Amino acid sequence: MEMRLKAKLMGVALAAGAALSMLASGPATAQAKGKEQAKEQFFPLLVYRTGPYGPNGTPWANAKQDYIKMLNARDGGINGVKITFEECETGYATDRGVECYERLKGKGPTGATLIDPQSTGITFALTEKAPIDKIPLITLGYGRSESQDGLVFKWNFPLMGSYWTAADIIIQHLGKKEGSLDNLKGKKIALIYHDSPYGKEPIPLLEERSKMHKFEFIKIPVTAPGVEQKSAWLQVRQLRPDYVLLWGWGVMNSAALKEAQATGYPRDKMFGVWWAGAEPDVKDVGEGAKGYNALNLQHSIGMSKVHQDIVKHVHDKGQGTGPKDEVGTVLYNRGLIIQMLAVESVRRAQERYGKKPLTGEQVRWGIENLALDQKKIDGLGFGGLMRPISTSCADHMGSMMARVETWDGSKWVFTSEAYTADEQILKPMVKAASAKYAEEKKIVPRTPADCQL
Amino acid sequence: MFYRENGQFKATYRADEQMLPILQDRVFMFAVVAFAFLAMPFLATDYLFLSILIPFLILTLAAIGLNLLVGYCGQISIGHAAFMGVGAYAAYNLVLRLPQLNFLVVLVLAGLIAAAVGMLFGIPSLRIKGLYLAVATLAAQFFIDWMFARVKWFTNYASSGSVSTVPIELFGWKVQSPSDKYLFLLAVLVVFTLVAKNLVRGHLGRAWMATRDMDVAAEVIGIRPVYAKLTAFGVSSFYCGMAGALYGFVYLGSWEPAAFNLTLSLKLLFMIIIGGMGSILGAYFGAAFITVLPILLNQIPLWLGLSLSTATASHLESMIFGALIVAFLILEPHGLAKLWSIGKEKLRLWPFPH
Repeated sequence: MEMRLKAKLMGVALAAGAALSMLASGPATAQAKGKEQAKEQFFPLLVYRTGPYGPNGTPWANAKQDYIKMLNARDGGINGVKITFEECETGYATDRGVECYERLKGKGPTGATLIDPQSTGITFALTEKAPIDKIPLITLGYGRSESQDGLVFKWNFPLMGSYWTAADIIIQHLGKKEGSLDNLKGKKIALIYHDSPYGKEPIPLLEERSKMHKFEFIKIPVTAPGVEQKSAWLQVRQLRPDYVLLWGWGVMNSAALKEAQATGYPRDKMFGVWWAGAEPDVKDVGEGAKGYNALNLQHSIGMSKVHQDIVKHVHDKGQGTGPKDEVGTVLYNRGLIIQMLAVESVRRAQERYGKKPLTGEQVRWGIENLALDQKKIDGLGFGGLMRPISTSCADHMGSMMARVETWDGSKWVFTSEAYTADEQILKPMVKAASAKYAEEKKIVPRTPADCQL
Repeated sequence: MFYRENGQFKATYRADEQMLPILQDRVFMFAVVAFAFLAMPFLATDYLFLSILIPFLILTLAAIGLNLLVGYCGQISIGHAAFMGVGAYAAYNLVLRLPQLNFLVVLVLAGLIAAAVGMLFGIPSLRIKGLYLAVATLAAQFFIDWMFARVKWFTNYASSGSVSTVPIELFGWKVQSPSDKYLFLLAVLVVFTLVAKNLVRGHLGRAWMATRDMDVAAEVIGIRPVYAKLTAFGVSSFYCGMAGALYGFVYLGSWEPAAFNLTLSLKLLFMIIIGGMGSILGAYFGAAFITVLPILLNQIPLWLGLSLSTATASHLESMIFGALIVAFLILEPHGLAKLWSIGKEKLRLWPFPH
């Protein structure tokens, strides 16, 4: 008994001691290692491959890695600067996301290049930290909608779209279906949303639009992760909205479609945001999701030249991050676009600062001065995948287009032309919201002179 | 050999009532505190401060608070993250609406507001006990979650329901760098650990413990259950409210209502169960176990040079963490604090055990 207890105590003491010393030395040694190797551009990858959002987070994360591996194999990096990366699992949880950020921000010879948090909640938390650490955040199609205003949000880049542009485009599409936006008068439009910053983001815009067109706007929250939606769909059954907008993520989307099927709500009256319009959302439901619509953020479905390169340089060599057949799926393509824009930002910044590893601060200039025309996009192998984008000091979004796609039971097909969000409505809202943020945080908006820097 | 109280005679009542009656304990504690204040700021990296030490210090404060209620007064609560939330939102609104207030005042006011809410939700404890009370406190968790998610005034009409804070300033000292934050939190924690330690040694703590051990007997010897239970709820929520305000302002900087959800309540409960119920030291051990261990487990494969996929590493983290919780509870059901005290007992006899 005596010995066992002693051994037990010793074990605990040793474990605690070892744990502390590991924590103290771990990140430091990793940092020192990075410093020795020059000519490397480090990308921290915040991902989630487990938990209720894992099925959606995984193709996104795989694409980011695949693109980096492909560039290193094909071009030897960015103008001779090799790209390195390290993943960190956030599980879509804000506190773990912040921990990952702190863990990775100092690695590599020049620290983190930029961060794609893959979560609106984490974006909100990092928005407070990024300006201090001088690391830009790119949040393609998610994040804070008002961060489009680069004069206040110097370090945030909601490239290609925000939840406000998404909501605006859906309303435009509904108006078109009804003949004109005025015909929306008296209609009932319900928003079924993930009860988190992500799901709540579109509400101000929809409220604005409902005032303009006099439709009734019904808000139905679903508690995260959204597996249980019985009460939400009971409300749908009672209120019989003309359209249902779905702002879900992960399991919430397929659960919503199953509930819609059980409730008998027509799927062709349902419109999802671009995060509710990928293969994992509808695959389990299959035929039951037929007719369901969702936004798609500019890109086409299917293969482009970049996919062939990835298959050739990465998958055929057995280096693929995920299964080969996910190449070309919706979320995979979005991951590719995000990583491509990140890399092109570095390339743009290299034009100014030289072909060497750049700091986050230097890359920030690159993101702010991105100008990808159709020719450049075709040259990158993204022809057909996306449309031109150009950012500026005042506009951190670059473009605000999307199309509507429909699930035909086995694949997504486009069912509308491209819409652009209405600047007339968005601009004053972005200005008002960013001014409020600036006032709360005592931020002085950037002057034109600061934009030149 | 070294750790024994032989020869340390107590000549006065004061000396006999000391918090740490053994000289070696006092020396050790002073050394630890001195190390934490003087050496740590120079030794630790930013990562260690921001991701490990800061959440550890804040959650320790919350765990002490919960331990006062559960461990000392015997009233189970699974709604304490909600009281942390009350503290955080109270502090947010105080800073927003009364910007001239000193943050220390804000902190205490946030604690007091949380205490008031905690006492309100503690009223059912006068009629119901044990698991039934746990369920009643769960109602507090759900109600408060709902309130901060739906009542827009609390979040200053933020469109996404997420609020963000401004950096703290105390008498011209900007608490912004990682080591400043750490020192500020450490100072708060040391003060309130002393307060808690003395509370439980005083008449209030004795009333709580009597109520915990047998409430009828406690009533017979003249302890009013209303007083004992409600003060326990109040003091405990006060601690959690302050911890919540610090969690929001110092650690997160920006948070959504879900930051103070049921998961955090359960984590707090696990902290005191694993650390040791009815022990202030246990709160420290428990908070360290729950906050540090998962992060550590997640990084070990990397340091060992194993190239596990991110998903595998994260699954392994959950599995090993779960297994360790079970292992520790089987090895010592009274928690890590009990292991510590057994260790001290053994040390007194070392190296000549009976």
